[in-house]
Amino acid sequence: MRMKRMAAVAAAAGLAVTMAACGGDSDEGGSSTGATGIVGKAESQKKLVIGVKADQPGLGLQTGSQYEGFDIEIGKIIAKGLGVDAGNIEWKTTVSANREPFIEQGTVDLVVATYTINDERKQKINFAGPYYIAGQDLLVKSDSTLTGPDQLAGKTVCSVSGSTPAKRIQENYPDARLQQFDSYSKCLPLLDGGQVDAVTTDDIILAGYAAQDQYAGKFKVVGSTFSDEPYGIGLKKDDTTGCEKINEILKAAAADGSYKAAWDTTLGKSGTPAPELDTTKLTHCGA
Amino acid sequence: MHVFTDPKNFDAYVSGFLWILKLTGASAATALVLGVLLAAMRVSPVPVLRGFGAAWVNIFRNTPLTLVVFFCYFGLFVTLGLSLSQDLDLNVFWLGVIGLSTYTSAFVCEAVRSGINTVPTGQAEAARAIGLTFGQTLRIVVLPQAARSVIAPFGSILIALCKNATIVGTIGLMESSNVMKDLINFNGDAVIQIFLVFAGTFAALLIPTGYFFGWLANKLAVKR
Repeated sequence: MRMKRMAAVAAAAGLAVTMAACGGDSDEGGSSTGATGIVGKAESQKKLVIGVKADQPGLGLQTGSQYEGFDIEIGKIIAKGLGVDAGNIEWKTTVSANREPFIEQGTVDLVVATYTINDERKQKINFAGPYYIAGQDLLVKSDSTLTGPDQLAGKTVCSVSGSTPAKRIQENYPDARLQQFDSYSKCLPLLDGGQVDAVTTDDIILAGYAAQDQYAGKFKVVGSTFSDEPYGIGLKKDDTTGCEKINEILKAAAADGSYKAAWDTTLGKSGTPAPELDTTKLTHCGA
Repeated sequence: MHVFTDPKNFDAYVSGFLWILKLTGASAATALVLGVLLAAMRVSPVPVLRGFGAAWVNIFRNTPLTLVVFFCYFGLFVTLGLSLSQDLDLNVFWLGVIGLSTYTSAFVCEAVRSGINTVPTGQAEAARAIGLTFGQTLRIVVLPQAARSVIAPFGSILIALCKNATIVGTIGLMESSNVMKDLINFNGDAVIQIFLVFAGTFAALLIPTGYFFGWLANKLAVKR
């Protein structure tokens, strides 16, 4: 076993950082009316890509290749108002942290994904809506004595990194121990097993989870909201026309009952009556 | 670079990479010990030990690390109640170390075993001839020579381990990749800068590491 002397050849590999351009149709407009943005795309291509959540029962839940939930229904209403059939909508799973990048890069045309309207986000994108006003709350075990966020000191709370609820806990309740994951689905087994004392996000999302079969009767939503979370529809910052159009569609949906129908077939199943869509609160589309 | 001039963001960036370094250090040490033990098992004359070593390597070398780490958290901790620290972050950290070192030890074992194969059979035969036991042969004669030929593969394993440490982010540790996601989420206008800073930091840590191991391997190589 004579080993030959090996000359070590150090190959210095240059670090090639390839920034993959994310997919998405860049060819906007080209429509007969010369409209750009989503209105133009809907007119010219008759299809839309809508970013939604995939792991939030009642709001946006993916089962197989199907998506279902209140956000999905809202997406369908908007698409219909823009003249796009439900069959021509491409749903794209968009986790919280991806929402602005996906809009900015054109990966999706719209985001309807429990998307809280706030000033920070308004600097990057445009919001239509709100189509629902939620509030941050706590989900606890049914026998828990927690009644609100003020008792969280020393308790362990689970939320999603990069989300508004997680940030609010960090800033307003620094004594709470925050466990962060990339989706709420990972929080529930921990609440069930007692490793965390509460899961926090918007009440409507929590209610959707609590209503799932495997957790039936195990959890309860505390019911003392400590924030206002107006859910908006995100789109490109410069697409004022599209934003105004969506607000018109929402107004019409509130008037003709399709908004209520969207609620009744999804979140309404949990027994919560449909909210009134307050059209006076609709955004001014960055104008 | 406005993102990193904000002290809060800069602190998050530093603590993210500190977690990575701690994960790498703790896992490397554990994986080294485990890996050498496994290699000893795999070349031992005892069939049961050989089988155990082979099974370990085949299982962990062929399971995606994401699954291993995921199991450490949701299997060991959530289901079986193995809590390693009262502190949330430290608990996740140690569970991550278990996952990383288990996985990496399989690679270390194979590197050591290939190193053992570079030692001429005559060496082990001579050691046995003067009456050394299996343990002594391995410890005094074979492993010291084998170690010198596996420096370079160890370097590769260490570099892979350091990058793999980001996977512990999936079980909720705020390590660099999670910090990066957070920063990107709240600074959508600086995605590329943030990405380049994080990728660049990894490169700055690992490229010298690679050169160092190359130099060391050359220096210590057994000239035959």
